[in-house]
Amino acid sequence: MLRDISFSVEPAETVVLLGPSGCGKTTLLRLVNRLENANRGTIEIDGENINNKSKESLRRSIGYVIQDTGLLPHLNVKQNIELVGKICDNEISEKKVNELLSLIGLEQEVLLKRPSELSGGQQQRIGLARALATDPEIILMDEPFSALDNITRSQLQDDFQNLTDLDSKTILLVTHDVQEAFKLGDRIVLLYEGQIQQYGTPLELLNKPANSHVEAFLKKDKFVLGLQTFKYGESSLLNFLNAQEVKAEDKKEAMEDFFKQIH
Amino acid sequence: MNFWNFIISHLDEIWSQTVEHLVLTMASMTLATLVGVAVGIGLTRAEKLSNPVLGFVGIIQTIPSLALLGFLLPIFGIGVTPAIIALFLYGLLPIVRNTYTGIREVDPAVKDASMGMGMTNFQLLRYVELPLAFPVILAGIRTATVINVGVATLCALIAAGGLGEFIFRGITLNNQQMILAGAIPASILAVALDTGIGFIQRKPTSLRTWLLLGTSSLLILIGFLSSGSVTKSKLIAGFNSEFIEREDGYMGLDSLYDLPIEIKEMEISLMYRALHNGDVDVIDGFSTDGRIKEFNLKSLIDDKKYFPPYYAAPIVNALVLERHPEIVTALNLIADKLNDERMAELNYLVDGKKMELSAVASTFLKEINIYADADAGSSDEPDVVIGSKAFTENFLLAHIFAQVIENKTSLKTKLELGFGGTKLIFDALRLGEIDIYPEYTGTGYLVLLQKSAKDVSDFTNPDVIYNDVKKEFAERHNLHWLNPLGFNNTFAIMMRTNQADSLKISSVSDLSDYLKSK
Repeated sequence: MLRDISFSVEPAETVVLLGPSGCGKTTLLRLVNRLENANRGTIEIDGENINNKSKESLRRSIGYVIQDTGLLPHLNVKQNIELVGKICDNEISEKKVNELLSLIGLEQEVLLKRPSELSGGQQQRIGLARALATDPEIILMDEPFSALDNITRSQLQDDFQNLTDLDSKTILLVTHDVQEAFKLGDRIVLLYEGQIQQYGTPLELLNKPANSHVEAFLKKDKFVLGLQTFKYGESSLLNFLNAQEVKAEDKKEAMEDFFKQIH
Repeated sequence: MNFWNFIISHLDEIWSQTVEHLVLTMASMTLATLVGVAVGIGLTRAEKLSNPVLGFVGIIQTIPSLALLGFLLPIFGIGVTPAIIALFLYGLLPIVRNTYTGIREVDPAVKDASMGMGMTNFQLLRYVELPLAFPVILAGIRTATVINVGVATLCALIAAGGLGEFIFRGITLNNQQMILAGAIPASILAVALDTGIGFIQRKPTSLRTWLLLGTSSLLILIGFLSSGSVTKSKLIAGFNSEFIEREDGYMGLDSLYDLPIEIKEMEISLMYRALHNGDVDVIDGFSTDGRIKEFNLKSLIDDKKYFPPYYAAPIVNALVLERHPEIVTALNLIADKLNDERMAELNYLVDGKKMELSAVASTFLKEINIYADADAGSSDEPDVVIGSKAFTENFLLAHIFAQVIENKTSLKTKLELGFGGTKLIFDALRLGEIDIYPEYTGTGYLVLLQKSAKDVSDFTNPDVIYNDVKKEFAERHNLHWLNPLGFNNTFAIMMRTNQADSLKISSVSDLSDYLKSK
């Protein structure tokens, strides 16, 4: 049950819907492509109420990636990607398929394989390729990396970050993984019990938690998150470390670990 | 004749029955697949209906197949149509259930992603649900097909043809080879269809291939059915299996009269209604059946005297006659008091008017001034036990015997009705379990004495046959034939009265002339 939800997303922004399970983040995402129906309230895209369009044409204009990939098991990779074009009467050329494939970093030979013959990571890449096939401006991603093992997950997260094609897309990504949210999100919507607790950049959430719920949710990962804020500049990392009540040697050790990691 | 010789000599018939069987199965399965898959899909879209609808088709499945055929007879008559409808109903359950389950069990994530792509309801069905449920649906079709190959054998009973013809003819004539000639091809057909569908199940083909396969088989079917409905002869005969196969049945009749007629095989009890409804034009009935009057049928005169006489008479164990000789006097009172028409009327009162047997018996006796008690035949300490075979006329005669004996003598009687076969009741009489029962001269001669037409000077002369059985039964079995009751319940070739009259057919020779004329 979602209540009092109100936020806006800028074009080309990646906004993460973060929260513990059962907080309503997936429901919120599915309201956007009308897989769920809202009892009250409106959602607008470019100022137009999404209820003004048919469900099908709304969904065709939005990419959708889910945890279990939802690839059709009886079709091969190529057919899976082409099917998106088929249902919107917008044929996807061979060239486009190959482009998508190189974009997500897979070889030609996977094209004729069934999803079940691919690894989890490969399947999820195909899922992303399928969502990008019709060049939608908006992409909804529901826990896209959660089913993967740690190594594959961080690989995919890195690739996701580095995909320049995604820079121009407006992305809503659902996760329960705090570190993933901080790594990928431009801004984060932190949900708890159906309500928005805080909407802000990762730094804002970390440094100025709006309430005790936010603080409690970030607490466990706080130190690692602090290190991650390094991406916003070395000074912010030092500021963060200085603000922490940590012994000087531990700080030094943490810094060394961190630099080892990134090199 | 060994089995292989039998197969080789009947190869044409085996082939045509197998084709008929295949057509029955395929026609009904095509229908059942179309309807079953549609209903199954509908149920996934209207979940609330799923329990009642699945329950309903489940109940259809539990109706014994013969009973289902019986229910359909009054509505659809006999022949291919009710057979295909019955098989269609039988095939529904597995297909509806598997379609419903197959679609419901499609991975929710796949459905979710597909809907998220923007598929319409129809696209979801076409690209996702049907292809993924396909193996399960096909398994349902496979189960239904194998069941239907088996059930289709029963359709021979309602003149729909198929391999059941051999099986039932074999059972009636106690001919193992004939049963096998029907059973083996039916089993092969079931295994072949099962393997064939199993092969398709493992080798996924595109939807288009399937549509093509479906339409082409439907077209072949329609072609077959429409060619089959062009009748080769002017009239169609409905004969029972025994009559078709016995040498003193249709074969002898055809060689004596020359009757080039198309034959449908059907159960004796269905023939009269089939003739009445116009499903067939000629049947081999019994001359005193009550339905002749009910359905306004006409018995053709056997002008060349082909059929043996079947005059009814009481046969009595000699030991009882020694104890109670007055039985003879009593039963002689009804000797020669019935004719074919009157007997048919009495049968009609029971079959058509649903009157009590005992009431009809006493009504008849009243006409000949015997005022008998309708309750006769229920004594716990009987002097005489009266038996009967299991059909209306024999029941009636046993009641008449009991009422006459109780009215004209001081003896107490008891009725033991409904012996399942001639051999059974005959043995009961010989062993003294019953004392009297109504028998027919032709049956006594052909079945009980196992004699043939060539064994007497004039096989069709009622008196010759009566005297022969009377003499032989007394000598061989110590049983006595009393005086005949006067009617002859023989085989008779029958037609609808109005058709026979308009074609000016009154004898079997007339029928032969009509069939041979251009």
